[in-house]
Amino acid sequence: MKLGKLPAKQFSQLLKVHQMNSDKITKGVLLLSSFVILFVAGGMIFSLVEGAIPALKSFGLSFIWSNNWNPTEGKENYGALPFIAGTIITSVAALLISLPLSFSVSLFLGEYYRGTRIAKILGPMVDLLAGIPSIVYGLWGFYVLRPLLIDLGLPNQGFGIFTASIILAIMIIPYATSLSNEIITMVPNELKEAAYSLGATRSEVIFNVVVPSARSGIIAGYILSFGRALGETMAVTMLIGNANIVPDGFFSTGNTMASVIANQFGEADGLKLSSLIAIGLLLFLMTGIINAIGKFIIKRMG
Amino acid sequence: MPLVSSSLNEWGNMNSAAKITVANLSRRTLKDKLFKGLVLFMSLITISPIVLIIYKLVEKGYRQISLDFIIKTPPNTFEAMTALSNGELIPGGIANGITGTLLMVVLASVIAIPVGVITGIYLYENPGKLLANLTRNISDILQGVPSIVLGLIAYMWIVKPITSGFSALAGSVSLSIMMLPMIVRSTEETLKMIPESIKEAAVALGVPYYKVILRVLIPTGFSGLLTGILLGISRILGETAPLMLTALGSSVINLDITKPTSAIPLLIWEFYNDPNMVDLIWSSSLLLMGMVLTLNLVSKRIAARTK
Amino acid sequence: MKEDNVNIKDPVLSIRNLSVAYDKGNYAVKDVSADIKRNAVTAIMGPSGCGKSTMLRAINRMHELYENIETKGSLILNGKDITDMPTIQLRRMAGMVFQRPNPFPTLSIYDNVIAGYKLNGIRLKKKERDEVVERSLRDVTLWDEVKDTLHKKGTFLSGGQQQRLCIARALAFDPEVILLDEPTSALDPVATSKIEDLLVKLKENYSILMVTHNMSQAARISDYSMFMYLGELVEYGKTKDMFTNPKDRRTEEYLTGKFG
Repeated sequence: MKLGKLPAKQFSQLLKVHQMNSDKITKGVLLLSSFVILFVAGGMIFSLVEGAIPALKSFGLSFIWSNNWNPTEGKENYGALPFIAGTIITSVAALLISLPLSFSVSLFLGEYYRGTRIAKILGPMVDLLAGIPSIVYGLWGFYVLRPLLIDLGLPNQGFGIFTASIILAIMIIPYATSLSNEIITMVPNELKEAAYSLGATRSEVIFNVVVPSARSGIIAGYILSFGRALGETMAVTMLIGNANIVPDGFFSTGNTMASVIANQFGEADGLKLSSLIAIGLLLFLMTGIINAIGKFIIKRMG
Repeated sequence: MPLVSSSLNEWGNMNSAAKITVANLSRRTLKDKLFKGLVLFMSLITISPIVLIIYKLVEKGYRQISLDFIIKTPPNTFEAMTALSNGELIPGGIANGITGTLLMVVLASVIAIPVGVITGIYLYENPGKLLANLTRNISDILQGVPSIVLGLIAYMWIVKPITSGFSALAGSVSLSIMMLPMIVRSTEETLKMIPESIKEAAVALGVPYYKVILRVLIPTGFSGLLTGILLGISRILGETAPLMLTALGSSVINLDITKPTSAIPLLIWEFYNDPNMVDLIWSSSLLLMGMVLTLNLVSKRIAARTK
Repeated sequence: MKEDNVNIKDPVLSIRNLSVAYDKGNYAVKDVSADIKRNAVTAIMGPSGCGKSTMLRAINRMHELYENIETKGSLILNGKDITDMPTIQLRRMAGMVFQRPNPFPTLSIYDNVIAGYKLNGIRLKKKERDEVVERSLRDVTLWDEVKDTLHKKGTFLSGGQQQRLCIARALAFDPEVILLDEPTSALDPVATSKIEDLLVKLKENYSILMVTHNMSQAARISDYSMFMYLGELVEYGKTKDMFTNPKDRRTEEYLTGKFG
């Protein structure tokens, strides 16, 4: 009971398609599209450098460590130090504030309540933190957090590094937990059971078995979240006080690289615009390096 | 005799060691309980902002939400001030922001989704290749580029040379660069989950390569792709900073991609800076959050259903 | 290799000096030559890693999916060299069934059977389609089990049913030879014996080449057997002869369970 033959006409059409090397064309299209990303990334670096050249020509490398930001015509002088300092200080502070919180959440989700109903509620809620737009965080920080901090005696109307860091800390938590939670979940049960069988308590197992085996993943998560903090714009802009000075303390006002671009771009042209682009280039490089380190650690974990 | 005494000694030592362990045990369990309590407490603190933020948006924003809010453009400052002094709700709405957001998000998706999906397929098909590894790493790094920098880029690429002025197109380009690496990644991850044998089954039937991709791989991984795309969209929906440098904003509904265009986040920023309009920030944020949350939930639903 | 062992007239498939290398110089199949008999079941046996699956997949040019695999030698299917044949033509002539059942998860049972037509864009009339589906499913004795659920997804079937669906998918294309790569290794004994019965029945109309790691399966259903070891074809002959009187020491050791 052999089946009938294939429809001959359609089959010969199919053969023609094959002879046109459709497979090669397909592969070519795939290859081409992957060049788009390389092209975009290369073009970004090229355009940022090109745009930054006037500023770098005028100020040289001292652009990076000068703290003079003077847009007065005739006396124009721009230095990025206040913003570099502001960016690093707020991001480090945000990382430190977020550390105990995201660590606890990863333990909650990956160890204490792994797979339970409560974890299935808490997990998505933490993910949602990443979904809240930056500007909404800014509003909340401005109208809810800032008055609270003023009551606690914070100077400068509650604006400054400290306030911005708290909001930043909340914003970056999901980026730290999504990775470390996954890695903690992956710690083999045999390892943990071996420690339990020796009489260790749960917290001892966590500190002596779980954390050491998940260490690189946890660290990589924090590095990636730090990279996020470096580039956050709106919420920081609304809370940091926008003072173009090198901050002299945790409660001082300041400005970050991202927020100075957002704030001053509107009225910028010429040398000022070039300086803002140069700051953008520096920010691009900083986040690029931090992310590359994070990805490198993840890759090394295998 | 020395032998006995030494063994006695050992016994004595073990006894005291045992005692220490018993004394230790209660301290250790206490420590254990304290630590768990701390973890619980910290976790609660971590999720409290999301509850508090949503509560605040609903509490202060819900009264403003109405049909008008969606189909009308914002009032001018004077109208808003009059309404405020009469103790009325501010009239008008954010139709220009809603249409602008939709326009730019759709355009960004149209740019980013095809390129991202095809690149993701390329990465999946050539796992060990040098070019693929390079592309993957660059894509990962691109994902970490701050959105404000993408605004600068779109300003230099589109605003100055192409539309000679702020435009929806420039906004879309900045958003699409942001979305692109997310789609590349989720496409590759999704395809990796499809068993190799499904692909081989199609190849063994003589199906040409492009049809294997279009009719087997993409349909099989469709829900995964959709999840990635929806998450990508939910991420760009609330972006403000790059749009300030590209789309700028507009007080009227604009659907011309070469002209300045508003977006919901841009309007929030404008309202925030205008004391007469500031009441509108809550309702606008509520609407924006509603859209982001819905997309998030829908994508989670799709992801869960296929598992 | 003792070629005098088998003398097959009008073979459905001639394998001539076939070598397959992963990476450069790392040979998984070394210079294999053999003729495959028409309307018979030929089993390829050997310990894992002996190159039996690699050889089978070479017949369908499956290795073209992967760039680092190099194939040398010639394969003559029904008198035609397959090396430069359009893949669609080759794969129509040589149907393939895999180790694990792999119905297309997005397609219904009905569409899975005619997937070869559907995915290639060959349009059939509704009547023709129904006919192909029913015949193929009857051929694999699946028709009665699924005729009321034809439009449900194929992935809802049991493992054995799925594998029979995959065989039906290959049959629907009316192939000259059916290549099976350990088709029962993922199945329970009941499903396995159903597939075995089916293969014996199918050889009336098709030529069957099957890789198996299961000696007793080869003994039960195959007419001819190959024994491969470390990429080489060690022995090839009538299954009865090989099992009762193996010519090569390595074959004997394998059949008596000394290795593998």
